[in-house]
Amino acid sequence: MTEPVLEALGVEKRFAGVRALAGVDLTVRPGEVHALVGENGAGKSTLIKVLTGVYQPDAGELRYQGAPVRFAGPPDAQAAGIATVYQEVALVGSMSVASNLFLGREPRRFGMIDFPAMRKSAAKLLAELGIDVDPARELRTLGLGVQQMIAVARALHSDARVVIMDEPTSSLEPREVDTLLALVRTLAERDVAVVYVSHRMDELYRVCDVVTVLRDGAVVHTGPLAELDRVRLIATMLGRDIAEVRREGSTAFSGEHETEDEPVLAAHELRRSTVLDGVDLEVRPGEVVGLGGLLGSGRSETVQALAGLQRLDSGAVEVNGQPVRPGSAAAAIRAGIVLVPEDRKVEGLVPNLSVRENIVLAALPRLSRLGVVSRAKQDAVVRTFMERLQIKASSPDQRVSELSGGNQQKVMLARWLAMSPKVLLLDEPTRGIDVGVKAQVQQLVDELADQGLGIVMVSSDLEELVEGADRVVVLRDGKSISQLRGDEVSVDAVLAEIAADAAEEVGS
Amino acid sequence: MTTVALRRDNLLALTRDYGVYAALVVLVIINLIITPNFLAADNLRTQAVQVVPVLIVALGMALVIGTEGIDLSVGSVMAVSAAILPLYLGYGAFPAILLCLLAGAVAGLLSGTLVAVVGVQPIVATLALLVGGRGLALVISDGQLKDIFNPTILALGDGSVAGIPYTVLVAVVLVALVALLVGKTTFGRQLVAIGGNRRAAEFAALPVKRVLLVVYVLSGLLAAIAGILGTARLTASDPSKLGELIELSAITAVVVGGTPLSGGRVRVIGTVGGALLMQLITATLIKNDVPVSVSQMVQAAIIVAAVLLQRRAAR
Amino acid sequence: MTMTESFVDTSAATGARPSRGATLAALAQRHGALVVLVILLVAGGIAFDTFLTFYNLGNLAVQASFLAVVTLGMTLVIVSGGIDLSVGSVYALAGVLAAYASQWGLVPALLLPLAVSAVIGLAQGVLIGRFGMAPFIVTLGGLLFARGLLQFITDEGASTYLMPGDSPVRWLGSGKVLGIGVPVLIVVLLFLVGGFVLQRTRYGMRLFALGGNEDSSALMGIPVVRTKVLTYVLSGLGAGLAGILAAAQLGSGVTVVGVGLELNAIAAVVIGGTVLTGGRGGVTGTLAGVALLYVIQDLINQSGSVNANMQQVVSGGVLIVVVVVQTVLSRVRRGQSR
Repeated sequence: MTEPVLEALGVEKRFAGVRALAGVDLTVRPGEVHALVGENGAGKSTLIKVLTGVYQPDAGELRYQGAPVRFAGPPDAQAAGIATVYQEVALVGSMSVASNLFLGREPRRFGMIDFPAMRKSAAKLLAELGIDVDPARELRTLGLGVQQMIAVARALHSDARVVIMDEPTSSLEPREVDTLLALVRTLAERDVAVVYVSHRMDELYRVCDVVTVLRDGAVVHTGPLAELDRVRLIATMLGRDIAEVRREGSTAFSGEHETEDEPVLAAHELRRSTVLDGVDLEVRPGEVVGLGGLLGSGRSETVQALAGLQRLDSGAVEVNGQPVRPGSAAAAIRAGIVLVPEDRKVEGLVPNLSVRENIVLAALPRLSRLGVVSRAKQDAVVRTFMERLQIKASSPDQRVSELSGGNQQKVMLARWLAMSPKVLLLDEPTRGIDVGVKAQVQQLVDELADQGLGIVMVSSDLEELVEGADRVVVLRDGKSISQLRGDEVSVDAVLAEIAADAAEEVGS
Repeated sequence: MTTVALRRDNLLALTRDYGVYAALVVLVIINLIITPNFLAADNLRTQAVQVVPVLIVALGMALVIGTEGIDLSVGSVMAVSAAILPLYLGYGAFPAILLCLLAGAVAGLLSGTLVAVVGVQPIVATLALLVGGRGLALVISDGQLKDIFNPTILALGDGSVAGIPYTVLVAVVLVALVALLVGKTTFGRQLVAIGGNRRAAEFAALPVKRVLLVVYVLSGLLAAIAGILGTARLTASDPSKLGELIELSAITAVVVGGTPLSGGRVRVIGTVGGALLMQLITATLIKNDVPVSVSQMVQAAIIVAAVLLQRRAAR
Repeated sequence: MTMTESFVDTSAATGARPSRGATLAALAQRHGALVVLVILLVAGGIAFDTFLTFYNLGNLAVQASFLAVVTLGMTLVIVSGGIDLSVGSVYALAGVLAAYASQWGLVPALLLPLAVSAVIGLAQGVLIGRFGMAPFIVTLGGLLFARGLLQFITDEGASTYLMPGDSPVRWLGSGKVLGIGVPVLIVVLLFLVGGFVLQRTRYGMRLFALGGNEDSSALMGIPVVRTKVLTYVLSGLGAGLAGILAAAQLGSGVTVVGVGLELNAIAAVVIGGTVLTGGRGGVTGTLAGVALLYVIQDLINQSGSVNANMQQVVSGGVLIVVVVVQTVLSRVRRGQSR
């Protein structure tokens, strides 16, 4: 076995007294793709930040190429040969592809940057990796997938011995994921060590050789990935019995709802330039409709259009048969359509305001007289929803940014339920929240449907989609192309629909 | 170790939120000791009257900063208001005052439109108005200093009720109104939410553009009021000098008072404290024969320190 | 194209090439000031006999050269995503220091003001770079501080320092070489160097990277703090040098000059096509922006009757128009690339 290139020995890290890493050991060898897995909060990101020099360990040491090292910051680690590819593309959009590849180490002649040489080597590097892009092109005019490829190319070009990839595929489409994974193998063949972090099991099994599982800031397992099947890996991550994992399923949805009424929400032929190209959707009271499809298929755009947050070129939205003025969030809310957006932090919460103020934000005009807010009415609403959704906060006056992800999501739900909606649109309702609260949210969605709400749910988690939805509408390229109902709804069936599209697309 | 860290964070936050009051108290005590006749009614009245224009401008600035904006045009708006006032006093004091207010509102509407509708950065939009506004004021007045003889305006400048000058009363009423606006109204809460997370506010269907427009109009109006009061106190309209660099003093008062430049929070009473503190510092230094230049350097140091403190407290 | 040659189907993954609208928008942004400048020069030449003369333009160039030197540093700062409001005060301070030090000869008259300007820039750069404070607040503090310092060393503005008539420093401000004012030649030289630095050196690339995306730049190993500190030092030096040249031309350090200079400098940079959010711009546009401001002023003067204060109104108006156009254009470009 080859000598390790990067080692962490007994690394500890604390934040304000909370132990994030408790004596973590990690050994990475040249030419191996090393999966680093764990639940949110297990300490993955902290460990990565220690490896890349963002944090310094409180105890323990890092060894790089056999010698102890201490990185003062990311530039330090990079200079040593540890490159990082981040979840969000960490490049400069306003500069050219070539400039991004060579930023900080531009080829020079007589002190001047040698642009022709730079473009030439950039073209060569890109060709080597099979990325067909003009090096002179402005980076931001490229798709996210290609941008991420450029980030990998940059890491590779820096003669990195270790490349750390932190969920590099989270915003890529499947086709782009394939390319990226091929690149990861290329890196390994060149004897580069890759530390690969991802939540997507299939990616891990496709590309990784070795796995290290973190739980509560400690390593609970490390060894060849092939020796551990999926269920066992999940069980190790969660710290539960395998039987338990099998029996429970992974979501808390009950399944079917009774639905026979007229649709509460009907959308016809929603179109908007390149993002929506004819979406049809009907939701009956008490029904959960899942929106399936690949990233970029128009799922989020559809729910945003329904909520009046995207303008429409054409198409009609009706609630209980009454047309809703498109492109106006206020009109949508008046009609009873509300959206819990995908990105809580960016699109939902006002971080420095209290739980109370975040809950009543949209309802303020209803809780006011002549523009003056009634504290009593506010408190009544806040109390009701904090109890009903079991929002865990020290008081309604606690800053919302101090809550856990799950409780923040409940605050978002409370904000919109306080508007007494008829239709609830949920965009990735359980993304980034821990298992326990996830189940609570899923149960709540069930209950709300039972109470007669029409619900549209977007989820990248196929299991959640299939178990939670009564009906699944599959989108492709901004168009609703098929519908699964009743017994047809299964992970395989949804995958088949998506795969069928993909096959069709390759043909076209 | 952890408790120490926590305590340090709390201390920073406390200093940010209440430091201005503590500093005021300390400064008052120092003055009681070293400045003769500090508590004399005359001196207190002078201090209060001097702080009024900055305070009124700072109220509007606090609202704008609460939305994560900034209004650099306030000094020029004061100048425009001062330039317009003498031109229309012939029709009586109130029509002239109304016209001044209208000018302030229009200026605010312009910067508000640039910021809210066109999407120009606040600093640039109001910078353009700062450059153009002062020029406009000079064009209107032909660069002349004009003495004011209108009795109503003169009374506004030096009259008082029960020993309290009218200008101070106006300021007190405005402080109360703005405090109510921020704390108790839908508009105020929406303003703070927009400053805290603009996109979330849009997703929650808040009337973002309207709120921003109104905020800049209010800032313009308040600057116009400060222009009128400043002119009244000078008993002359001086468009070339009135309100020069007042945007700096106003921003300082707001920031020292605990309103973060990053928006999402408006501290009205803190702003009053900030304005008083800066006034008192300058007055104390000057009373004790420290040159104006040094007090200016001290002011520079304080504004930088206050923002540094805010950053630390926000982590 | 076969799959073995290319992993990525770029036609689908990257969208079409930037459209003609976006390209036009980019062109308008980059060269708009130059186009308007040429139009004004031609129109002015037709309207006024005394406008397009060597004498008038030469004078205009010398007057504009002080602002031009200031805008060079300001361009660097704005490209890096920052702003420097202290330049007007530093300009005045450096002028007074130069006049004061000119009694000891040329070298002190240059070194003293430049050193003080650099130190002010350094302090601002450290606060901005190291402590992550907002540039606009820090340099606002710098504006107040430098102005205060200036008042302090001139006994609250009561003292005026004169440059000896035979001082070699005077030549820097009022000398001529081949009929062209020395300040103008200095501007040409500095802009050549500045353009070279911005477009052809690693430091220049770092500025574009910082202004384009500061977080990414840091992650890519750009020395953020060092780059920012250097940039504010350069801006301070530019303002200082401009102050020296202006004092050399006048023959004395005047305490009241430079008020609002920062506004004109920012206006010129923005009018020249450098985007205030950073990451995009260049020194050629800035020079056109400066020229445009002075040509407008001269045309207003030439037309005689109009109030001289109109200059400021026009500057403000031009600035509004330019930023509105820039904002709309950048929206067009973004719209095309999504």
